[in-house]
Amino acid sequence: MEHYNMNLTLKVWRQKNASDSGRFETYPVKNISSEMSFLEMIDVLNEELISEGKDPIAFDHDCREGICGACSMYINGRPHGPWHANTTCQLHMRAYQDGDTVVIEPWRANSFPVIKDLVVDRSAFDRIIQAGGYISINTGNAVDANAIAINKDNADAAFAAAACIGCGACVAACKNSSALLFVSAKVSHLALLPQGNPERKTRAMNMVAQMDKEGFGACTNTGACEAVCPKEISIENIARLNREYMMAGAASDK
Amino acid sequence: MLDSKIPAGKLEEKWVDYKGHCKLVNPANKRKLEIIIVGTGLAGASAAASLGELGYKVKAFCFQDSPRRAHSIAAQGGINAAKNYQNDGDSVFRLFYDTVKGGDYRAREANVHRLAEVSVNIIDQCVAQGVPFAREYGGLLNNRSFGGTQVKRTFYAAGQTGQQLLIGAYQALERQVALGNVTMYSRHEMLDVVMVEGKARGIIARNLVNGELERHFGHAVLLCTGGYGNVFYLSTNAMGSNVTAAWKAHKKGATFANPCFTQIHPTCIPVSGDHQSKLTLMSESLRNDGRIWVPKQKGDKRKANDIPEEERDYYLERRYPAFGNLVPRDVASRAAKERCDAGYGVGTTGQAVYLDFKFNLINKYGKTEAGKLGIENPDIETLMRLGKEVVKEEYGNLFDMYEKITGENPYEVPMRIYPAVHYTMGGLWVDYELMTNVKGLYCLGEANFSDHGANRLGASALMQGLADGYFVIPYTIGNYLADEIATKPIPLTHEAFEQTEKSVADRINTLMNIKGKQTVESFHKRLGKIMWEKCGMARNAQGLQEAITEIQALKKEFWSDVRIPGTINEMNPELDKAGRVADFIELGELMCKDALNRNESCGGHFREESQTAEGEAERKDDEFAYVAAWEYAGESNWNLHKEHLNFEIAKPTQRSYK
Repeated sequence: MEHYNMNLTLKVWRQKNASDSGRFETYPVKNISSEMSFLEMIDVLNEELISEGKDPIAFDHDCREGICGACSMYINGRPHGPWHANTTCQLHMRAYQDGDTVVIEPWRANSFPVIKDLVVDRSAFDRIIQAGGYISINTGNAVDANAIAINKDNADAAFAAAACIGCGACVAACKNSSALLFVSAKVSHLALLPQGNPERKTRAMNMVAQMDKEGFGACTNTGACEAVCPKEISIENIARLNREYMMAGAASDK
Repeated sequence: MLDSKIPAGKLEEKWVDYKGHCKLVNPANKRKLEIIIVGTGLAGASAAASLGELGYKVKAFCFQDSPRRAHSIAAQGGINAAKNYQNDGDSVFRLFYDTVKGGDYRAREANVHRLAEVSVNIIDQCVAQGVPFAREYGGLLNNRSFGGTQVKRTFYAAGQTGQQLLIGAYQALERQVALGNVTMYSRHEMLDVVMVEGKARGIIARNLVNGELERHFGHAVLLCTGGYGNVFYLSTNAMGSNVTAAWKAHKKGATFANPCFTQIHPTCIPVSGDHQSKLTLMSESLRNDGRIWVPKQKGDKRKANDIPEEERDYYLERRYPAFGNLVPRDVASRAAKERCDAGYGVGTTGQAVYLDFKFNLINKYGKTEAGKLGIENPDIETLMRLGKEVVKEEYGNLFDMYEKITGENPYEVPMRIYPAVHYTMGGLWVDYELMTNVKGLYCLGEANFSDHGANRLGASALMQGLADGYFVIPYTIGNYLADEIATKPIPLTHEAFEQTEKSVADRINTLMNIKGKQTVESFHKRLGKIMWEKCGMARNAQGLQEAITEIQALKKEFWSDVRIPGTINEMNPELDKAGRVADFIELGELMCKDALNRNESCGGHFREESQTAEGEAERKDDEFAYVAAWEYAGESNWNLHKEHLNFEIAKPTQRSYK
């Protein structure tokens, strides 16, 4: 791999707090190595800002290995930047060339209000899980793990849906700020497993109801969510959620 | 001072006896008892969920925006359990024995045996919650091998086992939030323990969104705050992982045990430059299928694939024929360092070795798949293609991650790897009940010292975190709280809350008012460099003494020249980090002190003065078969307390993986 250095122009969304209206600020960054991660490039800029007595850019990040779901930058009009199936923290600077301009914004969705700069409040996702994204079993109740054989295809499909990291890129990419890919991933994960069966109907109904309550928009099957999902969560999960929801509604005995 | 409270009786009966005789709290009284849990990784989330289910009033805190982001999520390879589903001779005893031996005889037998016992319940619990572990075609659970063992007892979900287990615990936690049994405080950081009449009775937490300090009462406080590997600046930990909660508890009287026991993981992506902010692990499970080698010729600059088979030194297979590439982590790390230091390292920096999958792609997986498909005399390309499909299913996400970071395709060229700081076996001292020596203050998971001795075996961290949270604390906390049912909630206006909050506020003000020239990050990097060079993979008395002096000087400089931008009452990540780095600096000094005191090599702690003629670690059981628990006694001053370790069943021997 050939390594190189580059100079870039960054246009970054700055917003002091939730009540500030916010604006773009332009920052030149110099001598950025192609081996750096995107967040390391922001680290370099922040170190310079601090040295100049300015306020560094606030952004969410933690594991920096693409699994915790904390990082959440909207880069040149795309959540998590240009690479397919990727998180911002795993984006590396070899994606850019000398002289490029990079525009960095927070997730934009009414249900994810900005807290500061690029940091948004995604607690709506936690509340959707609280509405039913679990199997109601207390510690100590379990039978032997091999007592239930699970068809491997179903187990694999459940795992693929459970791989969601709850970053919210799907919402950020959607023109309606729909959270349906996130919700459907959790409903699918649990609906595909026999353990999830007893609460199947109420889970789909309650999670969708909470999603609506949080103000997420409707799904129009555009597929922008799937295209930007760092974990390649399939839009087929949305089809499955629709089936689950219909069945739950039709068969509701409450 | 240190009473480990290990129950009497035979090793395999201790936990059963304990559970049969510990005190219970009746359901009506549980509702009156409040428990504070700090940290929501595997230990914290599982404890919060389980204690909420029991009916206690739980308050859980995490500094992340959601409990689902705790760094347990990044664990890749798997979780051990003595299920013996593979019929390959595993048992609770064998898991116990492997763990004590793997820990180089510096763990407590009784704790480890309990861990092995409850390991089987963990898998049952997780499957019941819907954790999608890997399965065989028959629909039953699959297992893989891990280092330091000769049985297949590791349950996994591709290379994302930690994620799936944490999501399981997180969902159980959120269910309790929905039921009103747990109140969740995200974006909150614990900054001190509140002590009333010698007992932990609450915490001071800072709301990281608006900077306000909050007082929270609890009849008991549980710290589930993970490890302190970030003291080295570069580690596989998350950026936010820190020692602050444990360190505050330490300064309030909790002893810190074996702080120098850090695990340097052998298979991480090497450092690429000064900009590096963290290191990324490549799961140890890859050593099942990858062979580690360096060129036989010093400074060989050819590309890996151009070096013929006979010019490669598979040094682990050469030095340790019985375990080969699956030796424990400490052994594998030192062997890599030894080769690189001797000039055989690869890559631009020479600080890397190869982890090569080609042999097993072709011979292990390719041939098996070709056999299944009835392909006779398959050519190499066919075998590679078939092998890749299998490997993709096992570790696809890890290979993708490697390619994103390095720009190289590990299916085609060998991975370059080097050891990196990964896990800390040391932590707050706890007794058998997971209580620190401060009454009412518990410590669970990586944050405590108890189960892994001087070296943790792979796939055992997830096991311990969940064991502590799901299956140990629900019993042991009752034994304490049963005597607290008459204790009314202490008003937040109590002078202990007032004073503790004031001291926290004073420290924050002091930090903000330094207004120096150097950034927090620059201090952290300098601390990390001292620690890595002088308290890293190999340590000696002279280096450690130098490190202590350097850290003391760094501390002075930090407190007179750090620059923190912004203000207190707003979201200010630099201020959060400054507090953590200040604590890391103090911890670093203690780690060096502990490493200096322990003039033996054991597990991850390698003292150059103490090695065999063959360069293997040499333990000194006569002098050092104890837990070193350090009591804080003022600035740069600690008292050492020793808990002697008795090995009744797993008799210490020189560890041999040859």
